[in-house]
Amino acid sequence: MDFDINPEQQQLADAIRRWSEKDYGFEQRKHIIESDVGVSDAAWQAMAELGLMALAVPEEQGGFNGSALDMMVVMQELGRGLVIEPFLAHAVGVEFLKLAGSHTAWLEQAAAGEKKIACALGEKHARYDLFDITTQAHAENNTYRLQGEKSVVLHGAQADYLIVSARTAGSDRDKSGISLFAIAADTKGITRKDYRTNDGMRAATISFGNVIVPADALLGELHQGWHLIDQASDYGVVLLCAEALGAMESLTQATLEYLKTRQQFGVPIGKFQALQHRMAEMLMQLEQARSLVMLAAVKVASTDPEERRRTVSAAKARIGMAAKFIGQQAVQMHGGMGVTNELPAPHYFKRLSMIELSFGDTDHHLARFIAQPGFKQAA
Amino acid sequence: MDLNYATSDLAFRDSVRSWLAANLPTDLQHKVLNHKRLSREDFVRWHKIVAAQGWVAPNWPVEHGGTGWSKVQQHIWEEECARAGTPAIMPFGVNMVAPVLIAFGSESQKRHYLPRILSCEDWWCQGYSEPGSGSDLASLKTRAERNGDHYIVNGQKTWTTLAQHADMMFCLVRTDSGVRKQEGISFLLMEMKTPGITVRPIKLIDEDVEVNEVFFDNVKVPVANLVGEENKGWTYAKYLLGHERTNIAAVGRSKRELAFLKRIATNQKKNGHPLIDDPIFAHKLAALEIELMALEVTVMRVVAGEAKGRGPGPEASMLKIKGTEVQQLLTELMVEVVGPMGLPFDAAFLEGESAQSAAGDDDAAPLVPYYYNYRKTSIYGGSNEIQKNIITQMILGL
Repeated sequence: MDFDINPEQQQLADAIRRWSEKDYGFEQRKHIIESDVGVSDAAWQAMAELGLMALAVPEEQGGFNGSALDMMVVMQELGRGLVIEPFLAHAVGVEFLKLAGSHTAWLEQAAAGEKKIACALGEKHARYDLFDITTQAHAENNTYRLQGEKSVVLHGAQADYLIVSARTAGSDRDKSGISLFAIAADTKGITRKDYRTNDGMRAATISFGNVIVPADALLGELHQGWHLIDQASDYGVVLLCAEALGAMESLTQATLEYLKTRQQFGVPIGKFQALQHRMAEMLMQLEQARSLVMLAAVKVASTDPEERRRTVSAAKARIGMAAKFIGQQAVQMHGGMGVTNELPAPHYFKRLSMIELSFGDTDHHLARFIAQPGFKQAA
Repeated sequence: MDLNYATSDLAFRDSVRSWLAANLPTDLQHKVLNHKRLSREDFVRWHKIVAAQGWVAPNWPVEHGGTGWSKVQQHIWEEECARAGTPAIMPFGVNMVAPVLIAFGSESQKRHYLPRILSCEDWWCQGYSEPGSGSDLASLKTRAERNGDHYIVNGQKTWTTLAQHADMMFCLVRTDSGVRKQEGISFLLMEMKTPGITVRPIKLIDEDVEVNEVFFDNVKVPVANLVGEENKGWTYAKYLLGHERTNIAAVGRSKRELAFLKRIATNQKKNGHPLIDDPIFAHKLAALEIELMALEVTVMRVVAGEAKGRGPGPEASMLKIKGTEVQQLLTELMVEVVGPMGLPFDAAFLEGESAQSAAGDDDAAPLVPYYYNYRKTSIYGGSNEIQKNIITQMILGL
């Protein structure tokens, strides 16, 4: 039993932190947010040189075959650095390709950072239910023809490749009859509407108007896409939780510094017990959340899907509670400065608030935790 | 990072688990699992069974009767006892006074008291809190004046847990009032049958007697019963508090109680369906279970850190707060589950004088007194507000 990260993971974390502190500061990030594309090629290149794109990719495709725990360490640092580059979308895309075991050439390009992947799964009416799919794919003459629309695709417009879920059988909310397709984003008939998100990132609405793709665009088994979606999005949840953890660490630290330096009534405001006890609670929330992120990062690779779902949903729900408390209290304790756009603290709050709305919110994951058969058996 | 127990630790767990299955008397287990009140004899009986096996004091050095178990194994033992539903080994001797004696006591004190603690010949109680000294413990006023080879003790202690059963008390007394309050305190050992000591039981909110007032009227205590140096008692008391808090999260016990809670929530019907299927209730239950899952890992992180020689420092305060929050929420939901069957008060059933509860729901009968009683957990052992002060000062540096 050992809860410490290993020396290689620590080295990588240190390297990412050095890069983000030097080359991805608050002002640089602001320029990226305000730019037309909303992401930075230079940052992407730097992240590739740090080995982040290759980390999770299998060795046969030029990667390091890193585990979810390795990726947790990375995401924590990206969370601390408030990095808004399309890494999460890309990493989940890589996980889809790994799970499907096909498209090895794409994996090689992904590992090198040459191509970016995004995942077009959610639809406007579906809330967090990724099986609620109306986008259709019809088999025709050794091709598939896709028709439909995907909503709030994280970094969808910045990607070169898209992982797309579509219905090939069954009705809207069936978990069977879903298929996955790996499609080049510039395929004829795809239109992407890019917009900013409320935390300075980018997302897109992606329409598929009679998009014809070859038969080998199919990812995994026909009609059996749900298992891949459920598993890959659990992986995404763990990464997102790790990012939230890093953001909460930084935000807690920033708030503590503020309490030590901001003076009122002739003393640092950290001398007031009303604030001290809330700060202590923030720390406890952080540590409780950290425990479940660690657990989920280990269990996401479990061969028992129920254990995986249960632990991952516990982590996302607990992160959601912690993020709300820490985010809101950090803003409150920063006073007026907490509601400006001029400090990192409110930007952490914004990111944490949008993490809550991504990959299923707290209530969604509580319900999923409850829905696992083991919940009703005595623990 | 490896969140699993080592194979050797799993083997250890299996061996203590089967020992418990073979040696825990079913009548004692039944009382514990069903929230009945335990007598002095119940506690002593279990203590002697564990003592015969040599496992009463895992945290002691081997030369004094410890087991030589690692921190992880000690943790496993505590978890397994909680899981099985054993009576507690009373902490006042084994976990509180003994570590102080081992660290600061004289050779003759160690030789005399430690074996008697192991065998349960002496039942110890803790004379700390006073009517005017709760969270501000160092302000205590009970005074001891040196008179030849004796101290003469006058004053009062309160909240003294199970003093009505005790043979011995370790006690903080003021031996110098002319210095800073922490610097004039000494650590004395007293026989409870010494003339001048009066124990008055305090009925608690659940109408059980768990704590007492203890009065000292010119009590003669031999100077040989002073531990360490005069006026150094605060240092020893702080050392002891560190030992008191290590298992305060009580995760094993809470896991057992969660299973109980799920069982009664399955038996209980709402709108003709098991209450556990009710989304509003299930939501609360799930949030609690998730908090407990997180706490279990948090405790393991602290234990793993201890195994590497770190802490437990102020992290213990966090475990105390989160542990007691979970314990209290469990009792709160138990009461919610049984609903109106929580109303009847049934002392005879709680004491084991009647085998069945008067109102006919044996699961429900003890739960409201249990809920009332567990409000204590966020107050004792340094209130949760004091724990937040410790976190504020020791971890946050505010």
